[in-house]
Amino acid sequence: MATEFHNLQELRHSASLATKVFIQRDYSEGTVCRFQTKFPSELDSRIERTLLEDTVKTLNTYYAEAEKMGGQSYMEGCLACATAYIIFLCMETHYEKVLKKISGYIQEQNEKIYAPRGLLLTDPIERGMRVMEVSVFEDRGSSGSSLSSSATSGGSAQR
Amino acid sequence: MLHLGVAEPMRDCEYSQISTRSSTPMETPFKKRTPKRRKWQAFPGRNKFYCDGRIMMARQTGVFYLTLVLILVTSGLFFSFDCPFLSVKLTPAIPVIGGVLFVFVLGTLFRTSFSDPGVLPRATPDEAADLEKQITNCSSSGYRPPPRTKEVVINGQTVKLKYCFTCKIFRPPRASHCSLCDNCVDRFDHHCPWVGNCVGKRNYRFFYLFILSLSFLTIFIFAFVITHVILRSHQEGFLSALKNSPASVLEVVVCFFSVWSIVGLSGFHTYLISSNQTTNEDIKGSWSSKRGKDNYNPYSYGNIFTNCCAALCGPLPPSLINRRGFVESDTSQPTPPTNGITMYGSTQSQSHMAAATPLMQTETVILTNEGSLPGRTSLGGPCSGALPLGGQPTPPTSNPNLSSDSDMLPLRKDHIDGLHHHHTDGGHHPFLTPEEAPSPPGMLPCGSPVGHSHTVQGFYNPASQDSLHEDSVRGLVKLSSV
Repeated sequence: MATEFHNLQELRHSASLATKVFIQRDYSEGTVCRFQTKFPSELDSRIERTLLEDTVKTLNTYYAEAEKMGGQSYMEGCLACATAYIIFLCMETHYEKVLKKISGYIQEQNEKIYAPRGLLLTDPIERGMRVMEVSVFEDRGSSGSSLSSSATSGGSAQR
Repeated sequence: MLHLGVAEPMRDCEYSQISTRSSTPMETPFKKRTPKRRKWQAFPGRNKFYCDGRIMMARQTGVFYLTLVLILVTSGLFFSFDCPFLSVKLTPAIPVIGGVLFVFVLGTLFRTSFSDPGVLPRATPDEAADLEKQITNCSSSGYRPPPRTKEVVINGQTVKLKYCFTCKIFRPPRASHCSLCDNCVDRFDHHCPWVGNCVGKRNYRFFYLFILSLSFLTIFIFAFVITHVILRSHQEGFLSALKNSPASVLEVVVCFFSVWSIVGLSGFHTYLISSNQTTNEDIKGSWSSKRGKDNYNPYSYGNIFTNCCAALCGPLPPSLINRRGFVESDTSQPTPPTNGITMYGSTQSQSHMAAATPLMQTETVILTNEGSLPGRTSLGGPCSGALPLGGQPTPPTSNPNLSSDSDMLPLRKDHIDGLHHHHTDGGHHPFLTPEEAPSPPGMLPCGSPVGHSHTVQGFYNPASQDSLHEDSVRGLVKLSSV
């Protein structure tokens, strides 16, 4: 985990933020969480269309899985109701588990695909699930040193 | 979390190194020693927080305490005065069932009142600027700027998404801005003063279970108190029965008046759940067939059973506002400290700007921005990434200031729509107190004075900031090589 951060921090130190591109939500299927797969034109020169579209599509399937209403979520809901929702003190909801998977996926995508191209995806949950933020860095060319990560934003405090 | 331990000594080291480089005295130890603020302390909405951010309620909680007192007193009287007689005369199952109902009512009440209803965090300055750019691009052909709405087709129905001027976002479908709490809430149902909170996506099921169980409890107590009085009057005569159990009279009165409103409310919400509508939509008649022959509810699943299951047993989304997370110290902008940087509350930035200089702020910007990398499971709120790095263009930020007055009118209408979200059953007192109605517009241009000061004092020059950043990076590189 530390080495992965070092790579991303090298990116940060050697580059400066040029702009941020926002991928908005796609509400055409209702209130489920989906992001638009339309490719933003500002990223034309930075990344191949298919890579970003694949990432967004995979994220959309993850979100669909989190919000899926099937047997498992009903069981979870009924069990929680029966225990007066105390069970959520001990157990993570299905949604939270999928969100963790999504965080891991985004980090992996950042390391493999986006950081080498000077881009950085921000997990939508940190933006209130409104947008997917793609930070575009201008590479300064100077060799950054790998410093450890700075203070975090309170980590995984979940409600 | 473990990164904190690693980061702090490094950061101390960096700060002290920077202070030797530059000539300005840095209150570095002071900065590091200020206690970290939690995000709830810097929350821009009008909510009250308790237990260090674990509990979240609306600002006016007086009626909630009334609800609590009514339930506790009536149930207390029932268990103390009526249950002994009834458990002996009839069956001890009565206090047991009553007890279970009572505990369930309180549990769901607390869950409704204390949890996050589904508040949507406000847009970061970058997002707001980007949206502004898009909106101004659309209206660049010179005619009057279009009203800030977006249309989207959901399941064949055209839905208008409105732009919220306070939160600077386009509201998702079914979201609405609560003027009492000054937040956009997802799947906003209504603001309930009886539970002291908004009712939205995350706590609607608890609210429904609360009113349902309270209906059962009220009917239960009503029925058994009447039974108690009747049984006693067989023994002693009606008047002496009443004299011997005066509590029963009080209970009957409270229950009688509550039953109509609460049972009515439960029935109304049962209808709403089965048709998958919110109170908001029902009152406005958004999906009523009176609006047009082709008007139907695009969110409904088609059958009552699925709608009910979805509302009550569906997945519970986590809170989007990270109440107990820590405010990152990078939220201060590298401009004069008096600038209230963020367009929403400026409290968090001011506290951190106190001891910082532009150079150090830039540095903290870069470093803590790394902290908000994906891969951390932090549910970031409005504070993460609030700093506009690398040149936030000012013209877009000045636009809302100029047009904010003219835009007040549609916004006021939105907020008044929000105020009208009360139950048609009359179970709730009208909470549209006159002093509350005008207050939201007063709150609204919270962006504008900030924005004005932003432009007046001279925003930071992106180019100079970049050079500062370069210097600091080079400085750090030198240090680490030593």
